[in-house]
Amino acid sequence: MAMTIHVDVVSAEESLFSGLAEVVVVPGAMGELGIYPRHAPLLTRIKPGSVRIKLPNEGEQLIYVSGGMLEVQPSVVTILADTAIRGGDLDEARALEAKRAAEEAMRNRVSDIDYAQAQAELIEAVAQLRAIQQLRKQMPH
Amino acid sequence: MPGSKEIRAKIKSVENTRKITRAMEMVAASKMRKAQERMRAARPYAEKIRQVAAHLSRANPEYKHPFLVKRDAIKNVGLIIVTSDKGLCGGLNTNLLRLVVGRMKEFEGQGKGINVCPIGNKGFGFMNRLGANVRSHLTGLGDTPHIEKLIGAVKIMLDAYVAGEIDAIYLSYNSFINTMKQEPRVEQLLPLASEKLETTSGVTWDYIYEPGAKEVVDALLVRYIESLVYNAVTENQASEQSARMVAMKAASDNAKSVIGELKLVYNKARQAAITKEISEIVGGAAAV
Repeated sequence: MAMTIHVDVVSAEESLFSGLAEVVVVPGAMGELGIYPRHAPLLTRIKPGSVRIKLPNEGEQLIYVSGGMLEVQPSVVTILADTAIRGGDLDEARALEAKRAAEEAMRNRVSDIDYAQAQAELIEAVAQLRAIQQLRKQMPH
Repeated sequence: MPGSKEIRAKIKSVENTRKITRAMEMVAASKMRKAQERMRAARPYAEKIRQVAAHLSRANPEYKHPFLVKRDAIKNVGLIIVTSDKGLCGGLNTNLLRLVVGRMKEFEGQGKGINVCPIGNKGFGFMNRLGANVRSHLTGLGDTPHIEKLIGAVKIMLDAYVAGEIDAIYLSYNSFINTMKQEPRVEQLLPLASEKLETTSGVTWDYIYEPGAKEVVDALLVRYIESLVYNAVTENQASEQSARMVAMKAASDNAKSVIGELKLVYNKARQAAITKEISEIVGGAAAV
């Protein structure tokens, strides 16, 4: 039997593939990479594209990834797939949008941090909760 | 029969309330199951990326990322506060915000500036009323949070950290222990705490970085932070749904006991009216 390597393809929201493979072909940032067992440790970004995993039993599995990271260790290959389409400009746009929303929200209100008031509010809420819990205990069921 | 109509109307209204709380309880129960699944589904990624980040922090590449460098003087702190969008979930948000306010007071006592990034309507509304310095915020994540939406809000905090406007970032959320128990937490996010990045083996080798160490480490660590925040969000959602389920169950039980009491009062009033009527008839017959 040919040598195999353990492959994990995971995204932040779910695990996409986990198992043994003979070879993995990954669209690396610097070009296509074919990873065989006992590859030297490598860390690189990957481009959007499909990851081809050649299974030990002649089968093949294709997984589309929209970018991410590839980590290679001699016996383990880990692909950290992105679920979001990323890019410097795109991330920047998202950040700008979030910033604008925050500034908008900030403009709509005044005053400095009033801890005393906040604490009072919270203490009141907690007291109410406790009272409700006690009432619940006392109430005959 | 005095007041019987009013009592009946009241029973009806409490019954309606009970129907609603029962329905909400069941909805929360099914959402909780899904939220827990999502929480579990996010774990492999988080664990893998943590391992790689742990390795990186030990491997000593020629490039040291600012996320890994501890600063001597902490002048400004950032807080990412994960709360729920909706209420009716017991004391979940209140308990978390109380803890957060305690920490904020502590920070201010030490003369540190505070920047916040609330995620979720409840935290956002609270921070606004508080008058805190809201750097960015995120609301309306829905039941299926996507990491895509988190990127912008988190990036602002990370950029501020890299620019030196913030020297430490904390993450607070409700950690899901079990259905009955959720625990508010405040954890340090940046600089990356070394105990979180424990590795079992002593590292003597380094990766080949392609195209270069800087680009790869940058991209990786940003993803690591995002995955931590995403995890906090999924865990908070599982907590929210289970807290809501428990709160709604309690409300339904309360409604049930209130209905019981009201029925008792109603029957007593009915009995009293009948007794009165009989005694009136008997009295009338005796008079004739």
